[in-house]
Amino acid sequence: MPNLEAFQTATMGGFSAAHAGFVPAALAVSAFLFVLGAVGVFIRRNVITVMMCIELMLNAVNLAFVAFSRAHGTIDGQILVFFVFTVAAAEAAVGLAIVIALQRNREDLDVDSFNLLKG
Amino acid sequence: MILDVILFYGAAIVALASGISVISQRNPINSAFSLIVTMCSLAVMFAMLGSGFIAVLQVVVYAGAIMVLFLFVIMLLNAKQDEGDRAGGIGRAAVFLGIILAVQSVMVVTKGAQTLPEKHAVTVSADVARGLFSSPRFLYAFEATSILILSAMVGAIVVARKEKGK
Repeated sequence: MPNLEAFQTATMGGFSAAHAGFVPAALAVSAFLFVLGAVGVFIRRNVITVMMCIELMLNAVNLAFVAFSRAHGTIDGQILVFFVFTVAAAEAAVGLAIVIALQRNREDLDVDSFNLLKG
Repeated sequence: MILDVILFYGAAIVALASGISVISQRNPINSAFSLIVTMCSLAVMFAMLGSGFIAVLQVVVYAGAIMVLFLFVIMLLNAKQDEGDRAGGIGRAAVFLGIILAVQSVMVVTKGAQTLPEKHAVTVSADVARGLFSSPRFLYAFEATSILILSAMVGAIVVARKEKGK
């Protein structure tokens, strides 16, 4: 595919040493966002906010995948991000349906009030 | 070149700030909008890391579809404000877990960053398509995601619909 390579060199060709710092910085941001999401799951009471914190953690993992894909020069990381997208979409759809059903039956979105299965 | 650096680190700072805002806002709608800002700045970082297709997908699928679903449900249920952070055992556990995770990730990043190869890996969507479809390595998993999406759709409808006679 000569056209593709020509396109890549034309658009992204001039690589410089400044870009070498992107991967460690991206990994650091990814780690920090994952920590934020994990802490948010614990400290928030609203079940919708807890789900958004889970999405934040998934996004952090996506960033790590893209950074490693860049560092190793392979496409596999980006394909895995694609699968994470589909899993996140399915999770959001089913999770929010459960939230709607909970609201209908309990009229409450506080995670502390969902203790039916507690021993 | 300098523009790339400014864009990348600017997006990183915005992502971290809005990520903090996601977990510190009391109102779920504010959290949702902060999360949209996080996702858009992560898309900028993806583009700067050389994967433009994933960046576009991030904006369209995450910031577009999934977050609209979240906002729709928040407004539909008229979710009220969080009463405040968890105190007591769970709050302390969260702080403890956060410190442990932060220390671990700092160690991993600083140790691992020295061993990373840095290759020339700018990719376009055709590369992603070739990786997905030209070998059976990801092909069956890709076909399986269609079943996953279909079953999630059916499951969501079954869970969320009203029972007959209620």
